[in-house]
Amino acid sequence: MIRADRYRCCGSGMCVLICPEVFDQDDSGLVVIDADAVRTADLALLRHAVSCCPGQALSEVDSAGAEKSAANERK
Amino acid sequence: MTEVSDSLTESADALPTIPRGRTSVFELPTGLMDMAAAGPIHRLRYADGHVGWIVTDFQLCRKVLTMPEFSSRPDLRHSAIHEAIGDGQPPEERPGMFVGMDPPEHTHYRRIVAAALKLGEMRQLQANITERANALFDADADDRVDLVSAVASPLPALVITQLLGVEEEVSHTLASCLERMLSLDSTADQVREMFAIIFSELGEVVTRRQQDGAPGFIQNMIEDGGLSHAEITSIAFQLYTAGHETTTNMIALSYLYLLANPEAAATLKGDERAIADAMEEFLRFFSIIQYGISRGALEEVELGGVTIRPGETITISLPAANFDNGRFPDPYRLDIGRSDRGHLAFGFGVHQCVAQQLARVELTVALRVFLERYGDFALDSYEMKSDTIVHGLTRLLVRQSGTRKP
Repeated sequence: MIRADRYRCCGSGMCVLICPEVFDQDDSGLVVIDADAVRTADLALLRHAVSCCPGQALSEVDSAGAEKSAANERK
Repeated sequence: MTEVSDSLTESADALPTIPRGRTSVFELPTGLMDMAAAGPIHRLRYADGHVGWIVTDFQLCRKVLTMPEFSSRPDLRHSAIHEAIGDGQPPEERPGMFVGMDPPEHTHYRRIVAAALKLGEMRQLQANITERANALFDADADDRVDLVSAVASPLPALVITQLLGVEEEVSHTLASCLERMLSLDSTADQVREMFAIIFSELGEVVTRRQQDGAPGFIQNMIEDGGLSHAEITSIAFQLYTAGHETTTNMIALSYLYLLANPEAAATLKGDERAIADAMEEFLRFFSIIQYGISRGALEEVELGGVTIRPGETITISLPAANFDNGRFPDPYRLDIGRSDRGHLAFGFGVHQCVAQQLARVELTVALRVFLERYGDFALDSYEMKSDTIVHGLTRLLVRQSGTRKP
């Protein structure tokens, strides 16, 4: 699962660039996540999107909602 | 501004300054990677004698750019290369100059601009930018053409001019001022004078948009009503100045690389996905913000085994980070299929280039249009910029054949 902190989002568009099936930007430029698409998305791409977020607004969480260790910066 | 301890002051002359100068266009500033090989963070002597730091390790660069202990305020930063230019940002503070602000003040402006420049919106400009790029190529039918002055330089200027809603004549007037504002040969007074001219011209543009209601981002900001005349002028200033030189030089260097590497051009031609991947690798490999960006320490910070003291400037070497072999295997190989968007060409943290998706669209279009015409061109000669904040080319001469009409 991916969690987005819209307070930290700086609207860079990196996540949309890397994983457009999961991420989008709303009218204010902030991240929105398609939760259904996350389940079928390419995990390596998802993790690349998380690690490339300049505002560190994205995190990978387990099913209980706990944040996984800092996303590996290597793809 | 701040004091350094006596022991540091005494030995400051012996400390290195930022590595400058290149032996060839696709190599990094001489000595930079020797410095990087010696460790993740190093003492650095600044242009005014200040003693600060330079970070060369990829992970540490990212960390510095995300830590609130490091400020973007220009009054808290010394310049590694020039008394007035800093890392290319405005030499004076004005309301709305958000590149020099920290959150939460920065956040307010960043969100307004980010909303206007979001990826989906920028992609809608593709057809228009393609048309403009084709027109620029068509306009010069001479046997020999300088692709910098014919395409790489005017294209980003036309795009940002239209996006903002600035008259094209004004943009022509401002181009030479901008060049002098960003030149390391300019004195501090000249830099401030050029800044004042550009700022005042753009201020008059904002006034005219208030009167005539002509469309563009300036007009949108006026209609939203939350920003003052000075704030709108500052935002226009930052978008106008930051997006020009950078995009121009990325286009020019990419063209040079493709002219020199026909097999790469053949691989990319007609393949959108491959062009997008190659563009990211060009961004990493050219690392045109060659002297990096800087921050000022607000507090004492332990970092990479050293103690940064409040008031010390820290330079983040984006080129060194992008060639860190702990992050990018075989970093000196330009691998057009690397497919990695994690480079720091646009910086990192909440200040990461706000117009990066516009830059990507411009670059992709510039590459696609060039590749469609690739067979018409043969490399004649080029001239590398000698020592500028933004690395690139002053000239890229090609011999042109083909059947196109002017």
